[in-house]
Amino acid sequence: MEAPDAPDDMRVTRVAGTGVAVRGDDIDTDQIIPARFLKSTTWEGLDEFAFYDNRRDDNDELTGEHPFDRPEHQGASILVVNENFGCGSSREHAPRALRRWGIEAIVGESFAEIFADNCKSLGMVAAETDAETVSELQTFVEEHPDAGLEVDVAAERVVYNGREVEVSVTETMREALVQGIWDTTTLMRDALDETREVARELPYVEEVE
Amino acid sequence: MSERTLYDKVWDRHAVQTLPNGQDQLFIGTHLIHEVTSPQPFSELRERGVDVAFPKRNVATTDHIIPTDPATRDERPLEDENAEQMLSALEHNTEQSGITFYGLNSDRQGIAHVMGPDVGATQPGTTIVCGDSHTATHGAFGAVAFGIGTSQVRDVLASGCVAADKSDVRRIEVTGDLPDGTVAKDVILKIIGELGVDGGVGYTYEYGGETIEAMAMEARMAVCNMSIEGGARIGYINPDETTYEYLRGREFVPEGEAFAERTAYWESVRSDADAVYDDEVQVDVDGLAPMVTWGTTPGQVTEVDQPVPAPEDLPEAEREAARTAQDHTEVTPGESMVGHPIDVAFIGTCTNGRASDFRQAAAVVEGNEVADDVRALAVPGSTTVKQTLEDEGVDKVFETAGWEWREAGCSMCLAMNDDALRGNERCASSSNRNYVGRQGSKDGRTFLMSPAMVAAAAVEGAVADVREFDTEGAL
Repeated sequence: MEAPDAPDDMRVTRVAGTGVAVRGDDIDTDQIIPARFLKSTTWEGLDEFAFYDNRRDDNDELTGEHPFDRPEHQGASILVVNENFGCGSSREHAPRALRRWGIEAIVGESFAEIFADNCKSLGMVAAETDAETVSELQTFVEEHPDAGLEVDVAAERVVYNGREVEVSVTETMREALVQGIWDTTTLMRDALDETREVARELPYVEEVE
Repeated sequence: MSERTLYDKVWDRHAVQTLPNGQDQLFIGTHLIHEVTSPQPFSELRERGVDVAFPKRNVATTDHIIPTDPATRDERPLEDENAEQMLSALEHNTEQSGITFYGLNSDRQGIAHVMGPDVGATQPGTTIVCGDSHTATHGAFGAVAFGIGTSQVRDVLASGCVAADKSDVRRIEVTGDLPDGTVAKDVILKIIGELGVDGGVGYTYEYGGETIEAMAMEARMAVCNMSIEGGARIGYINPDETTYEYLRGREFVPEGEAFAERTAYWESVRSDADAVYDDEVQVDVDGLAPMVTWGTTPGQVTEVDQPVPAPEDLPEAEREAARTAQDHTEVTPGESMVGHPIDVAFIGTCTNGRASDFRQAAAVVEGNEVADDVRALAVPGSTTVKQTLEDEGVDKVFETAGWEWREAGCSMCLAMNDDALRGNERCASSSNRNYVGRQGSKDGRTFLMSPAMVAAAAVEGAVADVREFDTEGAL
């Protein structure tokens, strides 16, 4: 199938900016945004809730210790994480909260599948690399919070500190981002006739004529 | 064609086209809708001037945010303003779109993953999605069922499809007789403990083998439900006579000759005897003891009579996480979980909120009062389940022993309503996630176990070994 013409502003080929590291394996979406903040019919205000509990003490006051609260990481757009990031609940509120905080690309050892899918739905990059490369990147952004990083989606590499490291972005995410077709609603709706044909052939779908 | 898995067959029959990025556009046979992940997609559809493409392929209910306390259940507007907004939005959206909605007053209301099987909307050979990660549950029927994000909910509403990547398939062969006192929950916790919480990333799990085949449908659902806790977005079991008999007579299931025809389709999607898997794993349950988690992920789990591992005895990569988890849960490495105090007992959820779960727990509850200072909540997974149990008098067994018998909903699994842990309470829970903060308090502690184990903990006021109770062969 031919790629449709996507507007230029939908294409995500590179993300450049400063970095922030959030360390730890298996950081679940309940950590990224606790369930009590999902009680809304809109997406407004989610940035306040990113890592809400992890950033606060017993009196619900910000401790200032979380990387998202450190003054040197304000404005960061590239998040560096470890293994199985975003596991658990399918809540799209999780990547949206990160996005609204300012994150446009996440580099990590691995991602939970639904979380990665949700990143793709938002035009956010989820790039994987090995534990050692992640560890070096995390240390680098902690020690050099003002240093610029670049995530090159098409070339699957991160450029920082005068060096290039390889990362991998799954082919389908990469193509969706680079072609600017990560919003699939119209794309799939356009195939309604073909969809009806498939539905008609299914023994359990009776209402499609 | 042979050598194909159920996953291959169902996928191929639902594939509409290959999208320009290489993903498949997959037709969705059943889309389950609830109030938390649907308001935004419906709004976005209106903004784009698009209607719902296949209204009859959608079934909605309300589960996450609703009160379960019978005293406030029927009060509208709901006391919680945000919850009321979400529920009202769902009522409005389903009515406008012509989508079946099992609302608060419906006798079919329930947790989406309990309701679907209740009404027979969950069937073999179908594709099922829901904006909820525990959609994997429906795989118990031989459906390809997976959780999706909210933008994907918009996709399904607008196009009847999702854009999906086909995964590898891992066959998990479970052998052995489940010993007395152990149930499906123990099997899936063992599997997650062995393969890890990210062991299933990139895989669809096909569960099979004699142990799985011997399970009733509700047990199979508990297994598939927690596939996602093992990292697998999809977990399924090939349909068989147990599946077909469960479905017979349910309202979404055809009758008579049409049932025979439908069964032929269901039979046709079973994995071929010579199906090729990308990976195969064997798990033996002979000698299995009841499982209980000691940490803050479902993979931090052990048999109830075995010592909690010391972090230094674990592989290096797991040590720091184990230390952090044990600081939070305050368990003692080297000692078993038996005797670890609890403040709250919770039975319910899409994992273990079905009739058989409460019947098994009732075998422990009957004649055994809840310990002083323990709050005990029994929350049926659906109104159908609740009614079934009340017809059998199971509600009275629980109430007599000091349990609160609630209306159906997700409740304390994720505490989006009033059912939440307070402060650093410790909860014996039949739910699926023991993440920090999951049950509504960031200092709360969750210990996952089977429903009967929760009942035993409620009696003792501490984690207990259900095998010490006389359950008369109920489990």
